[in-house]
Amino acid sequence: MDRIKNFFSTFLLFELLKGMAVTGRYLFKPKITVHFPEEKTPQSPRFRGLHALRRYPNGEERCIACKLCEAVCPAMAITIDSEQRADGTRRTTRYDIDLSKCIFCGFCEESCPVDSIVETRILEYHGEKRGDLIYTKEMLLAIGDRYEEQIAKDREADARYR
Amino acid sequence: MENIQQQFVEMFGTEWGSMLFSLASNMTFIFAIVIPLLLGVAYLTFAERKIIAYMQIRVGPNRVTFFGIPWLRGWGQPIADAVKAMMKEIIVPTGANKLLFILAPVLTIMPALAAWAVIPFSAELVLADINAGLLYILAMTSMGIYGIIIAGWASNSKYAFLGAMRSAAQVVSYELAMGFALVCVLMMSRSLNLGDIVNGQQGNSLLNWYLIPLFPMFLVYLISGIAETNRAPFDVAEGESEIVAGFHVDYSGMAFTVFFLAEYSNMILVATLTSIMFLGGWLPPVDMEPFTWIPGFIWLLLKIAFILFFFLWFRATFPRYRYDQIMRLGWKIFIPITLIWIVLLGLIMQLPESIRDSFPLNIWF
Repeated sequence: MDRIKNFFSTFLLFELLKGMAVTGRYLFKPKITVHFPEEKTPQSPRFRGLHALRRYPNGEERCIACKLCEAVCPAMAITIDSEQRADGTRRTTRYDIDLSKCIFCGFCEESCPVDSIVETRILEYHGEKRGDLIYTKEMLLAIGDRYEEQIAKDREADARYR
Repeated sequence: MENIQQQFVEMFGTEWGSMLFSLASNMTFIFAIVIPLLLGVAYLTFAERKIIAYMQIRVGPNRVTFFGIPWLRGWGQPIADAVKAMMKEIIVPTGANKLLFILAPVLTIMPALAAWAVIPFSAELVLADINAGLLYILAMTSMGIYGIIIAGWASNSKYAFLGAMRSAAQVVSYELAMGFALVCVLMMSRSLNLGDIVNGQQGNSLLNWYLIPLFPMFLVYLISGIAETNRAPFDVAEGESEIVAGFHVDYSGMAFTVFFLAEYSNMILVATLTSIMFLGGWLPPVDMEPFTWIPGFIWLLLKIAFILFFFLWFRATFPRYRYDQIMRLGWKIFIPITLIWIVLLGLIMQLPESIRDSFPLNIWF
């Protein structure tokens, strides 16, 4: 009996009509596409985008050239050179991140003892040559200065889970 | 018309004048068919992308505006695509047979466009009103397969060759079912002339269309038509998940676009033929006042659009058939069904008229 029923539902294209009813219904459903440049999807405060180097409120850069980030970076995208300043503190002279190597794992951010290197929410950046994606210390500090407010707020929001 | 002919005769003399006139008038008619057809193809691709997108709860192309008119968002897309395709380089692979490689797309599109010559767009509007119209159409649509086989062979690539072989076997086996389905139409209309076939469906309403007495044949024809044009769910010839793109893997730029045009104009052709054979061509659905105001040409277009929408709907709904399943459907299901229906139809037609007239509501025989 089941076989006969099955034969008729296949032969009379019942199953196909059922499938078409599904797609036909979806034709009139509201569309869920996010129109990207005009609309954006919500981002988590933990979003791992473009890197930035932060400063203390007095303007001194946070990075103490401990090179933990350089050591932990699985893609070996970070290059740091350091020297001692006249006041006896140790600072970086060179802090390069090669974004064409970076895998945005966030390990650098986690390893940083002074919250200096952070990942921001910025995801819309590009380079026109390969060299454009090597971000230097000055560029990273500039990003940090520009978005400090947002960065601080995101750290604040995530602080109690750390 | 006669005035223009007269002018030609005055300008070039009797013999040359009439010859040049027929050449010029035929060229005009050909362009009058081919240019709207190509535009239709362009916008069919757009409709396809939009409709499939909507069925997948996306929005589809919506960035390129048409001459900057903001509410026509996306309508410039086919034109942008065409311009892009024309700019691209046609790459001929090193191992390819150059002549055949270039010839293949031409051989594909030529029959796809030539078949349009006999299509009656309305009671008067037909380029070539020949009596063997249906035969001509069948011959032309079968010719398209040469282009595909040659493309697959000339590319000198495994994938292209596999695609061509699959496509050839598929088209040949579905041609049979398609032909048998059309034999039923012939038996009903007793004519091979497409115009006569439409006129045979004339009556009070859409109940007179061959769709009703030949409903199984309508389905067989529609499905075989999809298989003939290598569309989803019968697109094993392209099968981008198995053999990349089938016979046109190695084609790029305009050569690829020509294949694309041929595929889509074949699609429109199958839709047109379906509406001529089964949906009463240019006839309005009800032979009454408000419906007869609309010209027959518009009715034909509406019917074509309706069938094409179904093609796109099928593509959005059904997964691709496995190759042996396609062959099984063609040979073991469609051909027996059509053969049985031909015999049944023949028996009904051979019944004495007194018995046939006693059928309840008989309007077809």
